[in-house]
Order: sequence, then structure tokens, then C-alpha cells
Amino acid sequence: MNGHSAIRNPQSAIPITFTLNGKPVSLGVDPAARLLDTLRYQLALTGTKEGCGEGECGACTVYLDGVPVNSCLVPTYQVRGQRVETVESLEPGALEPFERCGATQCGACTPGVVMTASWIREHPELLATHSIRELMAGNLCRCTGYDGIVDSVAEALREPGSGKRDT
Amino acid sequence: MNVLLPGSLPEALDMLASDGAAIPIAGGTDLLVHWPVRVDAHDRTYVDLSRLDALKPLSWTADELVLGGLTTYWDVIRDARAAQEFPLLGNAARQVGAIQIQARGTWAGNIVNASPAADGVPVLMAYDAVVVLESRRGREQVPLDRFYSGYKEMRRHPDQLVVEIRIPRRPYSYQVFEKVGGRRAQAIAKVGLAVTRSGAGWRVVAASVAPTIRRCPAVERLLETGTAIASPEALLPAVARDVAPIDDIRSSARYRTHVMARLLYHDLRDFWGKRG
Repeated sequence: MNGHSAIRNPQSAIPITFTLNGKPVSLGVDPAARLLDTLRYQLALTGTKEGCGEGECGACTVYLDGVPVNSCLVPTYQVRGQRVETVESLEPGALEPFERCGATQCGACTPGVVMTASWIREHPELLATHSIRELMAGNLCRCTGYDGIVDSVAEALREPGSGKRDT
Repeated sequence: MNVLLPGSLPEALDMLASDGAAIPIAGGTDLLVHWPVRVDAHDRTYVDLSRLDALKPLSWTADELVLGGLTTYWDVIRDARAAQEFPLLGNAARQVGAIQIQARGTWAGNIVNASPAADGVPVLMAYDAVVVLESRRGREQVPLDRFYSGYKEMRRHPDQLVVEIRIPRRPYSYQVFEKVGGRRAQAIAKVGLAVTRSGAGWRVVAASVAPTIRRCPAVERLLETGTAIASPEALLPAVARDVAPIDDIRSSARYRTHVMARLLYHDLRDFWGKRG
């Protein structure tokens, strides 16, 4: 092996254990892997989408210890010991307000939008200091415009079961 | 990519001391942008800070707010006392991306990323924040307004970590943060401005109009001396002394200079020509 390839191949997989959608997972990850890619290509959870790859569009939103993050900006090794939840963990009904309000179209942003919306629904106390629009600002949609998305979140907040979790 | 995983601050400082090229990584919100195509960055060694729990909380002393080296924007946004005593911190934090970034991005990371368009740095500088650097050689405190020496150049040595950001607690009689971007959310500043007034005097800090975030001593002097200013244009000579904007993909030097003068003129209209 020459010096160059030694640099290119410096570290073997990092063994990690974390909780994924409520179940423990153990695997070896490339130190350079992004959580987004590990979820999609190593764990076959393809609901999480890549949009911009720079932390702007929010299509790759997952919960890390209960808080929305962009999985394109999380090195996978950092989630060891933590709790990761993806769009696959949501009840199918989480999408219904968006369908009723015309807030879905091409679908690229939808998994991330529904993840952030469901987080707001579980934390209505945030609305004492933040508007729905501000809390949803990290999820870009290029099809529907944002009024339908904001209306959908408001509708979801009115449904029974809102505020049920305490993360 | 080589990742070192220290379990404690002394261990992390040892790793930084023994590899001068190692890069500390916290929330990754700057380092991982467009990561798959940044192949050169994959060849480097990183020291992971994510398990250094002692650096996470923010704390209060009798005369300072102390942000830890890993305190996030969201930590400050959720702190009711910070919102009351240092409202500009929360104002700026709420304009750094949205929750997905605010939950991961750190104030210390904003300082050492050294972007001229940073949102967190201007408000810290307007509050006279002091950067506490630690290495195996000891601790060093550097006032934030003397931390940068040029574009992406700063007084952090490769073996040093930002372990604290100390902000003196003072009564403020005036404070404002302005960010002008292409849109209200998810934008990078074309012009940023943080202004405070306390017993220590006026602080005027400009963003996105120079190679670094910087104070504006000429404008501060106009305020301290109570110079009468009758229009935004009257501020242009002082603004020109303080800032050095460029044309880039987000804006033009001319636009930035004029917007800076207008923000200053209108925000501070109650103070021009009034001393004390």
C-alpha cells in the first residue's frame, strides 16, 4: 500500500449502538458516514430523503434524542448511545392533515415536513414563544407554498393526542 | 477519515496537542455541508467533542453568563433568563437556520468557523464576550473583538479549544440586532448589525461587510460624541472607515454600505446628536 492510499483508508469501522425507532441497533459505521446515508443505505430506511445536502431544506429531518436535526449534517458515529427516530416511526395518520389541506404534492419535502410538524404537535408549549411558521422554517417546499403546510400543522394541533410526549 | 473519540476534556486536549492538524468537531453543521463531495476533508483527522458533557451547559455567575464550549443555539433560545438579560442572543440564534440547525450548532463553533456573515458572533461581540481557550499549556482569555486578525484568521492555536464564552452582565439601555438576508428564514446575512449601549459605552458591530465580524469605532465615536446626523448619507464616511464590503454571490459592496448606513440611521434615530 502506498502512502496515498494509506491516507485514503485510515480508519476501520467504528462500532456503535443506538436506539432506532424504539429498537436497539448495533453496527459498524464508516467514520465519514452521514446519518442520512447510514439510515438509507445501511439500514434500508429510505423514507428519509436527501434534498440539498447542506442543512437548508430539511428533507432529511430525523429526531435525535427527540429533537429535529438534519441527518445530512450528523456524522453517524455521533449517535452512539442516542435515540434516533425516522419518518417510519410516525403513525400513518400523521400525514392526513397535510393531505386534507393540500400541503403535499411532489413529496420530496413531505417526510421532513411531517417530522417537524409532528414534533410541534408533541410540543405545543413551543407556540408560547414561536409561531408555526418559524418552527417550520427549516423545511423548504417548492410545490405547495407554505400556507397549506402551516394550516396542516394548526389542524394537527387541534386533534386529540396533541402534546402527548415529553421529550 | 480519522476520528478520535475523547471521553473527557483533558483527553481531547492531549489529542489536539499531539496532532497539530486535527480539527475539533462539535455539531457538524458547518463541517458536514456538502460532505460527500468534499473529498479532501475526508482525509483529515477530527477530534470529536460530542461526549464532552462538561462543556454543554450554560451557567450564570454573579456577574457573567457563561456559555459552554458546546452550548447550542437552542440551549440559549430555551433559557428564559438569557432571553430577558441578553435578548440579542436569542434574536440572533433564532435566525441561524431553524430548529434542525439550532439544536446542533454551537456558539463556539460559530466563533471558530469565523464566517464574516456569522449571526451569533455579532451579538456576542456587542455584549463584550470573552473567548476562553484551553490547551495543555493552560487557559487564555481573549476578548472577542480582538479574536480575529483577518479572513478566517484568529487567535486560536491548533491545540486550543474554546471551552467557555463569558459575557459580562450589565444593564443595557439600548440593544438591537438586525439581519438583512434574501428572505426572512434560512438565509445567510447580506448585512448584519448588532448595537448595544451600557455603562461601558456604545458597541456597534457589523457583519457581512468586512473580512471578519468587527466593531465600528468611527460610528461608535459619532454616538459617544453626540454628533448630529441628518440622513443616512451623512453616516457614509464613518461607515466607509469601519467596513470593507465586497461584491459576492449574495450582494454588492455598494448595497451593503448603503443598507448599513440606513439601518444605523433609522435604528438609532433617537440618539443622533444627543450626548449622554
